[in-house]
Amino acid sequence: MTDIFYPFQWIADKLTYELFGINPETHLAASVNFIIYDVLKIFFLLSVMIFAISYIRTYITPEKTRKVLGGKKGLRYHLMASLIGTVSPFCSCSSVPLFIGFVEAGVPLGVTFSFLITSPLVNEAAVAVLWATLGFKATAIYVVSGIVLGVFGGYLIGVLKLEKYVEEFVYKIKVGNTAVGQENLSVKERAGTAFEGVKEIVGKVWIYVIIGVSIGGIFHGYAPEGILAKYAGEDNLFAVPIAVILGVPLYSNVMGMIPVVESLIGKGLPIGTSLAFLMSVTAVSFPEMIILKKVLKKELIAIFVSIVAASIIFTGYLFNILL
Amino acid sequence: MKIEILGTGCAKCKKTKEAIEKVLKENGKEAEVVKVEDFETILNYGVMITPAVVVDGEVKIAGKVPNEEDIREWVA
Repeated sequence: MTDIFYPFQWIADKLTYELFGINPETHLAASVNFIIYDVLKIFFLLSVMIFAISYIRTYITPEKTRKVLGGKKGLRYHLMASLIGTVSPFCSCSSVPLFIGFVEAGVPLGVTFSFLITSPLVNEAAVAVLWATLGFKATAIYVVSGIVLGVFGGYLIGVLKLEKYVEEFVYKIKVGNTAVGQENLSVKERAGTAFEGVKEIVGKVWIYVIIGVSIGGIFHGYAPEGILAKYAGEDNLFAVPIAVILGVPLYSNVMGMIPVVESLIGKGLPIGTSLAFLMSVTAVSFPEMIILKKVLKKELIAIFVSIVAASIIFTGYLFNILL
Repeated sequence: MKIEILGTGCAKCKKTKEAIEKVLKENGKEAEVVKVEDFETILNYGVMITPAVVVDGEVKIAGKVPNEEDIREWVA
């Protein structure tokens, strides 16, 4: 099978070896080639992916979502909430209004959490960058794990009956009806919205991508082979939990972290450990916790973080064993 | 005219406010522009994704920064 990304490799080779005239045998050539190839591939996939998901998103509004999920119990609805989470926009500043909106529509707490867990974990920008750097298989594993995590985590929260740890005022808020409909948009309008999505997200993340790819490129070119296999390999049982803990404070830079992780994998960091690290970067973030603190009591936040962190660690071990 | 910008202080809400003020100034229009950060009011308007813009009590847009064309239409 021909690699569909072959043209990017071709451009990277031409630029590195011919235009810049760098000797292919050198560390510098390895770094420069890695950086050019990654940047091209990442921005290509980012644009395509964000466009596609933003287009689909014009059909999914929070109003519809909460109507569909209102008053529904059972694993099926956890799965549905989690799947909707994968294509929903996530800005942590919207998590509170969404949470209240869901609760008010009678969406069970556990189902709401299935949405809240998967939504930041599986977002189109992270998926695009993952795909560009780690390949399709690792990306598929990441996405499926993100969904399973949301379903399982939300289900557990539902079973534990934690409604009492939601701040009382949440149950008193009445959600009005909005007239902003996205129901009757034309294809052109949807495409326009999708294109704006591309501009907005690429405009926001490009700097992190460039920084991440540059760090990754330097590491790729200059770090000794197998260095990480030696210190953070599969036989080091502490590697996964440490990776998860390290991931928490790095929340906003996942686009930059992914190319760095790509280079770490190249030097022997196991794939399970790598994915666990990236999941913890996206799923558990301090700012989001602080925002959620407005509607959730600290007990519930602690349970939420523990369940998510434990599941991510488990996922990391699982894929270190399986792959 | 009263223009309310709903949002809990994220970067996009700031951009929305700047865009609206710019269009108002360019078109020589006067309007009372206020930021609404309290969840209850935001949700009473039925808005779950911020930023959102409410003009004279009517929700015009939710979940994204409006472009200048949209704003011109609202303030016309």
